[in-house]
Amino acid sequence: MYSASDLRKNLKIQIDGAPYVIVDFSFTKPGKGQALYRCKLKNMINGTQFERTYRSVDTFEPADLKEKKMQYLYEEDGKYCFMDTETYEQVYLSGDQVGDATNFLSDNLDAEILFFGEEPIGVTLPNFVDLTVTVAEPWSKGDSVTGKSKPIVVETGYSLQAPPFIEEGEKIRIDTRTGEYLTRVKE
Amino acid sequence: MMEADWRLAKKKEALHIRAAMIQAIRGFFMGKSFLEVETPIRIPGPAPEAHIDAIPSDGWFLHTSPELCMKRLLAAGYPRIFQITRCFRGAERGSRHMTEFTLLEWYESGIDYWRMMEVCEELLIAVAHSLGYTEDLTYRGRKIALRRPWERLSLWEAFRRHAPLSLEDALERDRFDEMMVDAVEPNIGTEGPVFLYDYPVALGALARAKPTDTTVAERFELYMGGLELANAFSELTDAAEQRERFERELTLRRTWGKSAYPMPEKFLAALPAMPESSGIALGVDRLAMIFADAASIDDVISFATEDL
Repeated sequence: MYSASDLRKNLKIQIDGAPYVIVDFSFTKPGKGQALYRCKLKNMINGTQFERTYRSVDTFEPADLKEKKMQYLYEEDGKYCFMDTETYEQVYLSGDQVGDATNFLSDNLDAEILFFGEEPIGVTLPNFVDLTVTVAEPWSKGDSVTGKSKPIVVETGYSLQAPPFIEEGEKIRIDTRTGEYLTRVKE
Repeated sequence: MMEADWRLAKKKEALHIRAAMIQAIRGFFMGKSFLEVETPIRIPGPAPEAHIDAIPSDGWFLHTSPELCMKRLLAAGYPRIFQITRCFRGAERGSRHMTEFTLLEWYESGIDYWRMMEVCEELLIAVAHSLGYTEDLTYRGRKIALRRPWERLSLWEAFRRHAPLSLEDALERDRFDEMMVDAVEPNIGTEGPVFLYDYPVALGALARAKPTDTTVAERFELYMGGLELANAFSELTDAAEQRERFERELTLRRTWGKSAYPMPEKFLAALPAMPESSGIALGVDRLAMIFADAASIDDVISFATEDL
């Protein structure tokens, strides 16, 4: 059982027998008033969304989900294929089901595939992924090292802000929960 | 070369703005002959309020605001005092909330909440000027016109204009906080700062009731750029009334199974000596968010709890 203070983005809860994921979350508390937990919830089966504001007394059932470690293979016609490396079983997820994770999927990445009953419905990535930088302006050494940033693009086509000294061909680590640059990876 | 902590380094500009802002606040109060005071952060108990949760500390609590101690100073003959201090409120964390945050609190005897609005305008305009803003500024794409006087809007009128329920109905149906957050706050002060004033007396546990209407508390909240920035009262000085209000708040806390606070007896004993005055608490982090045009409180403090 979760309480309202457990609510956060990406938490999965069960409502009326269906699994929902919190896709947007904000904590708010009007002056001298009570804590309010505003959630945008997405049905993990059919994708329908709704917004609801909870109070601190509310409680929640965890969604009845199983996770299985599988490896990302390829994308074709908007279907994302993952494989169990022991049984060679393959499952397919739609772009909607993969969601923002498409930004961080590189070949052979290990991820947790979510099952509701027998049905694959989503994917959870590792918190950190290493991706190769494909587009970055060259670093002019005169720039200050700290405090500045520049846009770069990584192999998946995802673009983000990174420190000025990052160059094309380098590997960087990204936090998949925030989508932000973390550090340079030495190979 | 060691790679610098980039997330921390990125905050440099915001932290400079924050520091300059705090210096300007100090300068303003020094210029007005206010005494800067420091009161203990660890206290026997906070002012009992239903929805403010103090963090326990070795049998006592970390203060949720310096209100009780500052009012004891007022009562002891310190008529103009200010303090910039860290406060702690349990389980408050969001893009505008940190469990540990910085509050500016000041008190002035001989004035009421209406005059306090003017002091508020003077302070924030002085701070804005010191940071180079003369006419207006922009927060998250939202214009904040600084020209005085700033808008004054009663809570009752704000509900009438922006909420699907009247203030009375919202209270009756226990939907006041939701209405404030969803309907009122997003729609007020779209051009400049706004003082939202006159709250139901149940929502101002330490505020004086209006002489003309005892169901209304002389309380205001200042909103700037959509952020709730400050809360002020004409202070309640009637000790018997204050005790009753605290008892109501403590009863509510018991009903909800929240931690009990001791009745602040020393504060209540000092209250009859406290002159008529007005006091206000202003969120320093949120003010820094405005001047740094920051989306999150995390951007204007060096370390968020999660960074430690």
